[in-house]
Amino acid sequence: MKFSAKLAVALAAFVPFSAFAHKAWLLPSTTVTTQDQWVTVDAAVSNDLFYFNHVPVKLDNLAITAPDGKPAQAENPFTGKFRSVFDLHLTQAGTYKIAVVNAGLFASYELNGEKKRWRGTAEAFAKEIPADAKNLEVNQSAGRNETFVTAGAPNDTALKPTGAGLELAPVTHPNDLFAGETAKFRLLLDGKPAADLDVEIVPGGSRWRDKQNEIKVKTDKSGEFSVTWPAPGMYWLEASLEDANTSVKQAKKRRVNYVATFEVLQQ
Amino acid sequence: MRARFSIALTGLLAGPVFAADLNVGVEVPNLKVAEYHRPYVAVWVERDDQTVAANLAVWYQQKEGKGEGGKMEQGTKWLADLRQWWRRAGRSATLPIDGVSGATRPAGVHKLEFDDAKAPLAGLPAGSYKLVVEAAREVGGREIVRIPFQWPPAKPAHFDTKGDVELGAVTLDVSP
Repeated sequence: MKFSAKLAVALAAFVPFSAFAHKAWLLPSTTVTTQDQWVTVDAAVSNDLFYFNHVPVKLDNLAITAPDGKPAQAENPFTGKFRSVFDLHLTQAGTYKIAVVNAGLFASYELNGEKKRWRGTAEAFAKEIPADAKNLEVNQSAGRNETFVTAGAPNDTALKPTGAGLELAPVTHPNDLFAGETAKFRLLLDGKPAADLDVEIVPGGSRWRDKQNEIKVKTDKSGEFSVTWPAPGMYWLEASLEDANTSVKQAKKRRVNYVATFEVLQQ
Repeated sequence: MRARFSIALTGLLAGPVFAADLNVGVEVPNLKVAEYHRPYVAVWVERDDQTVAANLAVWYQQKEGKGEGGKMEQGTKWLADLRQWWRRAGRSATLPIDGVSGATRPAGVHKLEFDDAKAPLAGLPAGSYKLVVEAAREVGGREIVRIPFQWPPAKPAHFDTKGDVELGAVTLDVSP
């Protein structure tokens, strides 16, 4: 009973369709600072940006890339009722990429008349799903939730795409965003330009206004899109798609999504 | 005719070596506030495309570094609050900047004197520039003012402007 309740919670957090009803985000205390400083990051899923009032983002799949391209370690991680928090010591000069990367398969099937649910990796799938499973349905998901912090001058090493899922390849550096200026980014799907993809950008502070004030843009043939920042502040970006590019043949659909938080500075 | 020509030629040759002066006055205003900290101030020369032609001064809290070449002064932590300067110059500079970095200044008028014979103005190509002064105060505000000028100056010229809160009078005097 205890186990299945736990599993249900884990599944609820993992099923992309339910997660998409809310906005997941990472909110750093600062994005532009000097070397050897600390930043602290809130990670939550909520309706309002950026208020932790629903559920935390789990930190199990937190991956931080330092300016030299090597992994960096979060310190003082904590997961509470509404949010997770961690600190990061910016020991290097340059840009850190902070990401929560969720990728996996989930399956539902019947075994001896009993309904079963399963989640895991492609490698585990072959081993753990019984051969006599009936009505097997498998979905795949790949999600990235990112933000960026720069100590000193920005650099691009940590921003190199991994080639898996939806990713942002900066044309404008994500820590060089200023109100009134136009920034350009490229979205990649499995390392290739993600063309004709809808992108939604929502300014923070939505708790104190009636409308989302979302900015809707579309990527062009090369996966690029531009946005002119109307005002300084924190912004939340999301793009998602569904395709059939799955890693096991039983999975018919793959749900891919990308989320990022940006700070736009005043001139 | 010949004499006139040679005078003109002399004038032409003298052009690159004349000593042009650039003097800046920055007033740190006297503010009656509950919690006062001296402002961080950056003074620089900006090109038309907003890139930095010369850093003239940056005043911030100076504290001794700890350890050998190790810890940076804590005072540098807030340098990014000089937002425009940080973007254009500070973030890619090695701190402290020799002859530019200095301690914060008290309320009053502070004079800075430069000439084209030495850094940071030596070798500044002729053109149109802006003097930029930016101030950011802990638990206070931030302000930036600009004064356009031509370099080198054809004749002595005086310019002044004023900040609203964080900067008092800002003056620029240039002379050939």
